[in-house]
Amino acid sequence: MTTPAVYLAQDPTLADFGHDPWWISLIKVVAAFVFAVLATLLGVWFERRVVGFMQVRPGPNQVGPFGLLQTLADGLKMAFKEDILPKGADKVVYFFAPTISVICAVTALAVIPFGPMVSMFGHQTPLQVTDVSVAVLVILAASSMGIYGIVLGGWASGSTYPLLGGLRSSAQMISYEVAMGLSIVAVFMTAGTMSTSGIVAAQAGSDRSASLGGFEFFAPGWYAILLLPSFIIYFISAVGETNRAPFDLPEAESELVAGFMTEYSSLKFALFMLAEYVNMVTVSAVATTLFLGGWRAPWPISIWDGANSGWFGLIWFFAKVILLVFVFVWLRGTLPRLRYDQFMRLGWRVLLPINLVWILALAGIRVLQKENSDAVRWGIIGGALLVILLITLAWPDRRKQPPRPLQEQVNARPQGSFPLPPMDLVVPPSPRARRGVAQRQPANVGGGAPDVVDTTSTEEKED
Amino acid sequence: MTGADVLLLALGAVAVGAGVLVVTTDQLVRAGLYLVVCLGAVAGLYLVLTAELVAWVQVLIYVGAVVVLLLFAVMLTRAPIGRSPDLNRPGLPAALIGGGAGLGLAALFADAFRWSAVDLPAPGTAESLGTELFRSWVLPFEVLSVLLLAALVGAIIVSRPDIGSRP
Amino acid sequence: MTGYLGSYATLGLLLVASVLIFVGAFTANRLLSPADPAEPAGKRATYESGVDPVGGDWAQMQIRYYVYAYLYVLFAVEAVFLFPWAVIFDRPGFGATTVVEMAIFVAVLALGILYAWRKKILDWT
Repeated sequence: MTTPAVYLAQDPTLADFGHDPWWISLIKVVAAFVFAVLATLLGVWFERRVVGFMQVRPGPNQVGPFGLLQTLADGLKMAFKEDILPKGADKVVYFFAPTISVICAVTALAVIPFGPMVSMFGHQTPLQVTDVSVAVLVILAASSMGIYGIVLGGWASGSTYPLLGGLRSSAQMISYEVAMGLSIVAVFMTAGTMSTSGIVAAQAGSDRSASLGGFEFFAPGWYAILLLPSFIIYFISAVGETNRAPFDLPEAESELVAGFMTEYSSLKFALFMLAEYVNMVTVSAVATTLFLGGWRAPWPISIWDGANSGWFGLIWFFAKVILLVFVFVWLRGTLPRLRYDQFMRLGWRVLLPINLVWILALAGIRVLQKENSDAVRWGIIGGALLVILLITLAWPDRRKQPPRPLQEQVNARPQGSFPLPPMDLVVPPSPRARRGVAQRQPANVGGGAPDVVDTTSTEEKED
Repeated sequence: MTGADVLLLALGAVAVGAGVLVVTTDQLVRAGLYLVVCLGAVAGLYLVLTAELVAWVQVLIYVGAVVVLLLFAVMLTRAPIGRSPDLNRPGLPAALIGGGAGLGLAALFADAFRWSAVDLPAPGTAESLGTELFRSWVLPFEVLSVLLLAALVGAIIVSRPDIGSRP
Repeated sequence: MTGYLGSYATLGLLLVASVLIFVGAFTANRLLSPADPAEPAGKRATYESGVDPVGGDWAQMQIRYYVYAYLYVLFAVEAVFLFPWAVIFDRPGFGATTVVEMAIFVAVLALGILYAWRKKILDWT
């Protein structure tokens, strides 16, 4: 075991799981569901308010204090709506698709550690529904099962837009599932375990403090810092996996109406929305657990010993999760949607190769640190150089093809393409533009340029 | 009978029942769904037998990846909603061969082990499996990579006959 | 039920609870939604942005989705072998040899994606 064993008394280990009385298990399971629903209700509100703030508008602010109950009102409205079954639908599959989505999303939530051992009605129990020695694999399996909800929902609607949206979505999810699975490997390599509570404990164990020039520096053992490339790749693929902007191609309104959800109505539509937001919270929670130290307090607070005990863990955990969800919303408010080919290129040609090289490089470095004999050490360095050489030689060439002449490109178009305007067409200058220039001219003569500068600067001041 | 025995029997029954439905249903996508249930039940069997890593790998690879591949392949060829009765073949020879092989193997195993009880081993975690794999089974592991590569190249060549014209 | 099976029994409890919750939610939906809704013509027609749907409901999928699904299978298998390797590779008794073994495995599979890359399978044209 490379994991430094600084397990504190309140650190749950694998042996602590599976001994709860059934009613405590039941409380935890129900709590997981309540958390999922609350996270969706507040998450939608949070997203709309934050995006509203970014776009200089209020966002929902009528229902309840700060509009907090807006999502609840929307959700209740959905339950009162008629459930329409389209004519061409496959009844059974149409019914099961949204439930599969939600169950998979909630299952992944069950292996996330929310906090340390706490006392619940006199029982010492970890703040986690359950943990197994391959817990991260359970998360991956749940998210790969979640693909079925989407591909089947799209197919069962018996309609063109949902079918295309479902296919796009599933191709997208499987592409980013690969990147996500590989980015987690580096965490296993460093932590030496696959159980979520074990990974949180391992991160606490690798905290270091160093003194440099008289100052005490503290370096948290968060894998987001130690394994920065993995964290970045994980987060990008998490955005792709949850179909969120800028990767929300399956729901690209301008192309596919609402993607696989087009034909859904009433409660089933609400379930798909629930699954989307629970997924967003789940991947944020997984990122928190694997890369940001889980429920443990961040550095300045962790000096106080009590911060990492009992129910306090929940505070730090939720703070980190909300921070990550904010990043999700921030991305949505900032970035435009990618084109599908750009998106797939990013997944397969950038994230995947970087991932593989990074894993092997990390393994090489870690073995190098341990090896004592020079022969092995130079052998590994030589091997790494050889691999780099081979990669450079075999790298797909990026030479740009010289652009073909326009006429040739036009001739290469398939039969029945849209008609083209003539090649030598020149657009005459717009009469309106000339008029506009003519009107603006006198103002410059009279008032001079400073007027124009003044107006812009006052506008800036008002902002 | 312990709880684990009951679970094993129930999961086995689910697996066999779903397997029968896979070959008898005449709706292609539904057959894929029954295959998911069948493979999921097999994963449950592994789980009860304490092979937890293998169980989740079964879910991840077979349920998550291979059946998605099958569904894609089905949608590639024909997947309008509804029945496709032209897919029904005379079932008797297949039933004889399949049932015979299954029953024969079952009889063989029942005879080989009789009533001897085997204790469940320690859970098959990632550690134990990795130790086993990289101590004793390195060569099959390496050969597997070549097999996967060959399958990928084959799939690309078969599915994209147009790539020969584009260098 | 303690220890190993107990941990999974909790997951099973989660599934049972979710089934119960879904039954409750769908019953509530049935009770709350309009009991006798109108059935105007075309209400259940498939949605095609307001245009009357023409032809079948099914568009044939393109082959490139299949190749991506195949690549996914390939790399899912690779990831599954990487997991146990990642847990044990720097335990005593393993070390450089194990890393080289995995490097060969990854390199052979990387040849696969390199092949797809050069054959322009990864171009979404």
